[in-house]
Amino acid sequence: MSKVVAELKYSAEHEWVAADGDGHVGIGISAVAADALGDIVYVDLPEVGSTVTAGETCGEVESTKSVSDLYSPVTGEVTEINDAVVTDPALINNDPYGAGWLFKVAATEEGPLMSAEEYAATNGGEL
Amino acid sequence: MSENYTALYEQHKKAGASFTDFGGWQMPLKYSSELAEHHAVRKSAGLFDLSHMGEVWVTGPDAAAFLDYALVGKLSAIAVGKAKYSLICNADGGIIDDLITYRRHSPEEGVDKYLVVPNAGNAKVVAAALKDRAAGFDVVVEDASAETSLIAVQGPNAEAILLALVPAEQHALVTELKYYAAVEVSINGQDLLLARTGYTGEDGFEIYLPNVDAAGLWEALLDAGDGHGLIPAGLAARDSLRLEAGMPLYGNELSRHVNAYAAGLGPVVSLAKESDFIGRDALTAIKAAGVGSTLGQKLVGLKGAGRRAARAHYSVLKDGSLIGEVTSGQPSPTLGYPIALAYVDVEQSEPGTVVEVDLRGKAEPFEVVQLPFYKRAK
Repeated sequence: MSKVVAELKYSAEHEWVAADGDGHVGIGISAVAADALGDIVYVDLPEVGSTVTAGETCGEVESTKSVSDLYSPVTGEVTEINDAVVTDPALINNDPYGAGWLFKVAATEEGPLMSAEEYAATNGGEL
Repeated sequence: MSENYTALYEQHKKAGASFTDFGGWQMPLKYSSELAEHHAVRKSAGLFDLSHMGEVWVTGPDAAAFLDYALVGKLSAIAVGKAKYSLICNADGGIIDDLITYRRHSPEEGVDKYLVVPNAGNAKVVAAALKDRAAGFDVVVEDASAETSLIAVQGPNAEAILLALVPAEQHALVTELKYYAAVEVSINGQDLLLARTGYTGEDGFEIYLPNVDAAGLWEALLDAGDGHGLIPAGLAARDSLRLEAGMPLYGNELSRHVNAYAAGLGPVVSLAKESDFIGRDALTAIKAAGVGSTLGQKLVGLKGAGRRAARAHYSVLKDGSLIGEVTSGQPSPTLGYPIALAYVDVEQSEPGTVVEVDLRGKAEPFEVVQLPFYKRAK
């Protein structure tokens, strides 16, 4: 079963959100999503300085078998992107909650998010 | 949808496979990483469960003449021990399925014997069509799909792995077996039908055997492959391998609405054979009309200029106008760029032509290229 990390919050579109306490949040995709996609070979991330809106698409994640839109779980300005995953998208499969993080946002608003328990219960992940 | 399970289902579950429905069968999609499985087949070897494929035996004094009538190729011309890729078509030339047919030795004087292998999702339809077409021929059509398993070992190390399970005095049968040929060989202590065929673009073998023996052979092959880089490979890798090799997949490139000429399979159709066959009139007319198909479209290979891949059903454009549709596409693991098969207007089908594919709202450039995308070094 795909791992779900207890300390994070999750969107229905399988993004995780990690609050760092001062309004900046880290965002990635869950292991449930990464495992379902298969080997990720391309990732398109929003640009630093651009504004993302909770619930709207802001990029895409492409695997050998399929492609899926990336939805921002929060609204705000993108402050940093993970260049390492652009160069080596396999990081998302190997370490979706760590080295495979995608981007950071100075969040002004959160979209609807679930607790790890709720997310695991609805998506078949393992806490 | 009714679910069928192959005799190797427990082996796949134990190996941690994730499953997918394919042609009504629960099949392993991948075991760990489909990319690793793909690369293993290109560099060392992969083990595939293909037991979802059909096996239909055609036996009788008229078997050769019957298959010449039922299929578009000249099956009477193949020698015992050889195989031929063919199509079974409707009267209108539409493709019911693509098949491999093996001519086998028959112990009975004056009787011919063939094994016809249809795709999983079409096995019942093909068996029924063959039985239907057999009226008036002295032939028995027997669908053995439910009792027969099929295991493939594909990749440059396939022969070495197989030889480990074959007695020394029969090694030459394996090493001298030609592509698209089959032979009875003792494998893991049993006489089984071994074919040098595949759907990956690599050297490799396919082994037909009774369901009850499948698990034993699967485990024996995995053991023999230890040290040869053999890993089990799922349908995801099978699909990316066949796409790189430019091989069509029924349901994507081939269907009842597509004819052999449009699909680039004209050479498979024998208009020269003396006998009548189902689809002859329609295919003769299509060929005479001189276009790829009644729609004026043709199957081509596309190579992406960027990193984003074209996927099945995406639109192909030329200067903003719709000229075709992608039937299969993904990033090529071996080549490192996106590849796709697509039906496009014949006027835009020459290699070198630059077209665009609508990738979810953004038109990206792709170039028409010669097939296959990937060819192994001989």
